[in-house]
Amino acid sequence: MWTELLQLTIYGIVLGSVLTLGAIGVSMIFGILRFAHFAHGDLMTLGAYFGLFAVGLGLPVWAALGVAMAGTALVAVVIDQTLYRRLRRTQPVILLISSFGMALAIRSVVQLVWGPNNQVYKQGIQLPHRIGDIVVKPDHLWIVGGAVTLVVAMHLFLSRTRMGKAMRAMADNMDLALITGIPAERVIVWTWVIGGSLAAAAGVFLGLDTRLHPVMGWSVLLPVFAAAILGGIGKPYGAIAGGMAIGIAMEVSTMVVAPAYKPAVAFAIMVLMLIIRPQGLFGGRS
Amino acid sequence: MELGGIATYGVFLVTLAGVYAVMTLGLNLQWGFTGQFNIGVAGFFAVGAYTSALLTSPANDAYVGGFALAFPVGLAGAVAASALIALVIGWVTMRLRTDYLAIATIGIAEIIRLVLKNEEWLTNGVRGIPGIPRPLAGFVGDNPLAYMLLVLAILALVFFLAERARTSPWGRVLRAIRENESAAMAAGKDIARFRLEAFVVGSAIMGAGGSLYAHFLGFISPEAFDPLHGTFLVWVMLIAGGSGNNLGAVVGAIVIWALWSGTEILTGMLPPEYVTQAGALRVLLIGLLLQVILVARPEGLLPEPKPKGRTRDPEG
Repeated sequence: MWTELLQLTIYGIVLGSVLTLGAIGVSMIFGILRFAHFAHGDLMTLGAYFGLFAVGLGLPVWAALGVAMAGTALVAVVIDQTLYRRLRRTQPVILLISSFGMALAIRSVVQLVWGPNNQVYKQGIQLPHRIGDIVVKPDHLWIVGGAVTLVVAMHLFLSRTRMGKAMRAMADNMDLALITGIPAERVIVWTWVIGGSLAAAAGVFLGLDTRLHPVMGWSVLLPVFAAAILGGIGKPYGAIAGGMAIGIAMEVSTMVVAPAYKPAVAFAIMVLMLIIRPQGLFGGRS
Repeated sequence: MELGGIATYGVFLVTLAGVYAVMTLGLNLQWGFTGQFNIGVAGFFAVGAYTSALLTSPANDAYVGGFALAFPVGLAGAVAASALIALVIGWVTMRLRTDYLAIATIGIAEIIRLVLKNEEWLTNGVRGIPGIPRPLAGFVGDNPLAYMLLVLAILALVFFLAERARTSPWGRVLRAIRENESAAMAAGKDIARFRLEAFVVGSAIMGAGGSLYAHFLGFISPEAFDPLHGTFLVWVMLIAGGSGNNLGAVVGAIVIWALWSGTEILTGMLPPEYVTQAGALRVLLIGLLLQVILVARPEGLLPEPKPKGRTRDPEG
């Protein structure tokens, strides 16, 4: 019983690392551009497949991660500059529709280029580490370690650099930030660079943990949103707590409900949060 | 045979266009009039279809359904079930920004899909529900043409009611909320209640669309209610036709359905080994079409009619 709980919590931390990286992007994009980015899950998918492409060239997985992050960041910026930028003058909700269409378009491209079947980064069985009855795969350590590194890097960026500070200022108070002369367009481009690259990392880690499939990102979009809302949407730091809480809750819930309903658990927590405290744990926007 | 085949295919296309037009009218009530972002159309579509199917299909041992009731009972049940789910979701999200409604509705649609797939006692799981009767079969036999006329009659009724709603004081309040929430609140309107009403009625109409769909195909399975077919196509139809305009919603449904079916004919000419890829290509094309419409003609084919009477709009 306790062993199982501990084991599921470890799986939950692994899933939570993936969700956190996705939720930070969703949260930042919402904070600065004021819309829920529905293509974020499919950006994760695209990142995972960019990683697969790089692995296919013979690169090790950690280098493929860099390729995936750079490639996805570039795609995110290109989508923003060619499409979302034109729609920014209208209501933000139009961007939401557009991103929903973009989600399906990205998924179709992935399916056209890489095919509809399951794929993996590397074949063969990994020898797991055993601590008593607890099993930890080496990949799990890489995923959690990678996520922690990226989150620390993001923290340093947001708190130490001028651009990071400008980004937080825009998320806190757009009008005030613009009056003080913050270059809005450059901040938006950087938002997509960070959101896109973190999404790619989340996708690669998800692919490492399970397998690659064209709907892999879409299937975790709901938990990612739940994590962002739980942490207070618009608050990147809240997304970390939200991601971990949702990830652990989803895995631990399998002790009680069928594993197929894991997304439903994330959804239930989110709905509960919307009823009790819509501004999120750390007071984002309602 | 060729001519007969084309006629059968024509009836098939018109019937499904009618079903989609009903659902687009439902979405128009939510998004077009009230500005509510329901991205879980597929969920209400599925609830309507399954409720109707379970109430009307013949008895069986595999799952709970099979009451062999008449079509009107199934249709009424479909409307009631989707309205009930909309009431619950609406109650939670009405006070929040519409982005939360979007996230909540996509969540409920996904959960409905999970339930359909996993709860075999209720829905027969991925095997689906066969033997859903075609209404009017007792009078005119199993005639697709008669069913097409029934769908078109129901579409005409929904259209009539939607137009009445649009021009009624109720519809004016909805549009006032969409345009300026604070002003509508200042005028003493209970915004949350009006929003909830629009959301529930719109979702009930989508449920009716699901019922019509189930009785037309005679067989339903969870596959038919993925977000792509259920939600995305209906959204593209409404945006292309012109949100806020009921006639636009119907026209959009017909045009996009014709385009969607047309691309199927085109990709059908590809060699069979490209079948799955062809599906992805069609989705990509429709996805790009949506972006082009949003950038180039966001008001759609038939823009929303301007309100009558004197307006003092400085820009127009």
